[in-house]
Amino acid sequence: MWREWIPFWKPGLSPYGGDVDLLFAGLLLASSLVLGLLIFLLLLFCVRYRAGNPVDRGNHDSKSWHWEVGWTSASLVIFLLLFVWGASVFLEIYRTPQGELSVFVVAKQWMWKVQHTGGQAEINSLHMPVHRPMRLVMASQDVIHSFFVPALRLKHDVVPGRYQSLEIEAVTAGHYHLFCAEYCGTDHSGMIGEIVAMEPADYAKWLNDQAPANSLAREGGALFREFGCSGCHGANSSVHAPPLEGLYGKPVPLADGSIVTADDKYIRDSILLPRSQVAAGYQPLMPSFEGKVSEDQLLRLVVYIKSLADHAP
Amino acid sequence: MTEPDYLNSSYTLRSWFLTTDHKRIAILYFASLIAFFFIGGAAATAIRIELATPQADLVSSDTYNRLFTMHGVIMVWFFLIPSIPNTLGNFIVPLMIGARDLAFPRLNLLSWYLFVAGGCVTLFAIVAGGIDTGWTFYTPFSTLYSNSYVIIAVTGIFIAGFSSILTGLNFIVTIHRLRAPGLTWYRLPLFVWSLYATSVILVLATPVLAITLVLLATERFFGVGIFDPKIGGDPLLFQHLFWFYSHPAVYIMILPGMGVVNELISCFSRKPVFGYKFVAWASLAIAAVGFLVWGHHMFVSGQSLLASLVFSFMSFIVAVPSAIKVFNWTATLHKGSLRFDAPMLYALGFLGLFTIGGLTGLFLACLAFDVHATDTYFVVAHFHYIMVGGMVTAYFGGLHYWWPKITGRLYSEYWARTAAVLIFFGFNLTFFPQFVLGAEGMPRRYHVYPPEFQVWNVLSSGGATILAAAYLLPMFYLGYSLFFGSRAPANPWDAPGLEWQTSSPPPELNFESQPVVTRAPYQYRTDFTAEPQNA
Repeated sequence: MWREWIPFWKPGLSPYGGDVDLLFAGLLLASSLVLGLLIFLLLLFCVRYRAGNPVDRGNHDSKSWHWEVGWTSASLVIFLLLFVWGASVFLEIYRTPQGELSVFVVAKQWMWKVQHTGGQAEINSLHMPVHRPMRLVMASQDVIHSFFVPALRLKHDVVPGRYQSLEIEAVTAGHYHLFCAEYCGTDHSGMIGEIVAMEPADYAKWLNDQAPANSLAREGGALFREFGCSGCHGANSSVHAPPLEGLYGKPVPLADGSIVTADDKYIRDSILLPRSQVAAGYQPLMPSFEGKVSEDQLLRLVVYIKSLADHAP
Repeated sequence: MTEPDYLNSSYTLRSWFLTTDHKRIAILYFASLIAFFFIGGAAATAIRIELATPQADLVSSDTYNRLFTMHGVIMVWFFLIPSIPNTLGNFIVPLMIGARDLAFPRLNLLSWYLFVAGGCVTLFAIVAGGIDTGWTFYTPFSTLYSNSYVIIAVTGIFIAGFSSILTGLNFIVTIHRLRAPGLTWYRLPLFVWSLYATSVILVLATPVLAITLVLLATERFFGVGIFDPKIGGDPLLFQHLFWFYSHPAVYIMILPGMGVVNELISCFSRKPVFGYKFVAWASLAIAAVGFLVWGHHMFVSGQSLLASLVFSFMSFIVAVPSAIKVFNWTATLHKGSLRFDAPMLYALGFLGLFTIGGLTGLFLACLAFDVHATDTYFVVAHFHYIMVGGMVTAYFGGLHYWWPKITGRLYSEYWARTAAVLIFFGFNLTFFPQFVLGAEGMPRRYHVYPPEFQVWNVLSSGGATILAAAYLLPMFYLGYSLFFGSRAPANPWDAPGLEWQTSSPPPELNFESQPVVTRAPYQYRTDFTAEPQNA
């Protein structure tokens, strides 16, 4: 297998890992050829044209533009091929997440907190089944972090103030490093975790063993009442606020005439910045919860509202 | 002795600190840069010693973070950016174009004072307790979370930025207005072309850095929401602004090095640079396209996929003029008459190291690989190959080449060659293992690391020991030559450039009479009569 030709390079274990490895091998090969040619020419010229060596040195400046055009176009063509190759694999890595399995990742100085929708919580580890794409919804509580799993050839920054969705999938069971790759302060290098990729049966067992009394949605429901959301959005409320049952995943017409899909990001933004996207037919009455809810609480609220998707409005 | 040279015309302190002579200002810069190089180098040494083992043993994490920040800030803004332009450029450009001085001699002195003032302010931040943000000052860490002297440090960089702008302005006007009679643009040495391109970037990009740093300080000091989402800002806005300056700044750092290498390769091949016009315009192409690639630092930041595609494409395009230069330098050797004096050894070392740095730049421009390699040691290795393997090697090469002109003394050729070879091997041993570390996935700016990475880290630290010793060597033999070296003739390399047509060291006003230029540069060979460039 060609991947073992590169001694320090362990094969990538994601569905596109082989493509990244092949790209790396291609880059290495092309660079080695160029570098090899350069070193060969340098040595050849240094020996052959050393001062005092009696060789022919005539006619050295004829038709220089032939050479210029030649090596400029050769470089350009090779560079464009590499660009297209790199871009096509890139679009595969960062494709819109397909998996129905969602996991929330909250990054904070200096740990990774992981919440499964069943309520299972982990710190500095992420359990996942193999051969099943998982959708990571990532948020940062403070500064910029970066979710980096070298074995899966996967990295994405976790920028505060927004959700980042990322698809992750492993093809081989095992324990892999999870690093924070964006410098985030004192214990940046201690912000290390592990990805535990398991056979589906083991994963189901793990979920079962870890299952807490309350699912995330139930905790979200409790927060929904605690923060007083139910006072307006509840069925018996006298305030004219949009009902949230059956909302998730549906198109929402906004007051400014545009239409957005009610996804995680929309719900998060509506809690923190309610006046930025007001639903059509409603007054901008809702107060902002910016600074009042943590990322942990936010994701529970999002999961709760998501769990209402199947209820009739 | 007919006329006093610029060194012995006066010995008073006043004659140095209030001088408007570009040659003396170059020496002032040189002395201050040595100090900054040693401070930055000391930080690097501490980092490499700490990383020899996976655990934390020498310093705490907070100290480690301050060390790499100090290393980056000092080396980028107080060594690399001013290195060649303000020392060799300041000294040699007026001589090369047959001028008595730069266009604005007093502005030149002001630029040095601003540089030293900025440097002192930043050093104060370091002494007071340090900065722990990394040289990139990413928000919101730098604005709301860091407990260190961020505002003082950025104030120092802000001040030094004006020094850059004034220097750039001075060079642009000088090169336009003060060329000797007959010295047309295509008769200029390529060193002048590359400094012209550098100056354009200095003048256009540095103000953006200044604005960015002011915004950063505004958010940190007054709590105005610009970059932190908690108070309504956008963290990526900072990265866009910062890299809009800092990517072109990479070309500020490498273009002057490329310029020096033109002079060295041509001189020690006894031949004009192959494809003169292509090399000259490649410098300007790099300066122009270099402004359109900043987003390649942000492929994994969450910027739009389309933006990433465009920036990746532009990054491949900007590599073309660099490739053109490498091919032309290699072709210059063809049918030359090669001598391997110390400056040439540095130039050949530059060729190899810069090529490795450039090729690995293509790896990082390649989107899918960058997702894996960005923010790892692969990036660290890549930019050190450009900045240290390229720029610092070229700086040392240029320093040796023009040393007899600047000081009027000859250094020990034996020690100079030894240092050149040691630097080359020490450098590769330090930084090549870091490519491997990055490919294996070791993130940068890690104080402690998983033990599986130790072997390559030990190799790298071992190399750093050799490199540190090799960088110290020139201090001794160059310092020795200042006092005990034999007197240099006006033209020790038998070179045709104007700077060699005056005495060593040059008189205060550079030339006895106004030189007139009648031919293309680099006319080394006597059998070489026609204009060399028929391209």
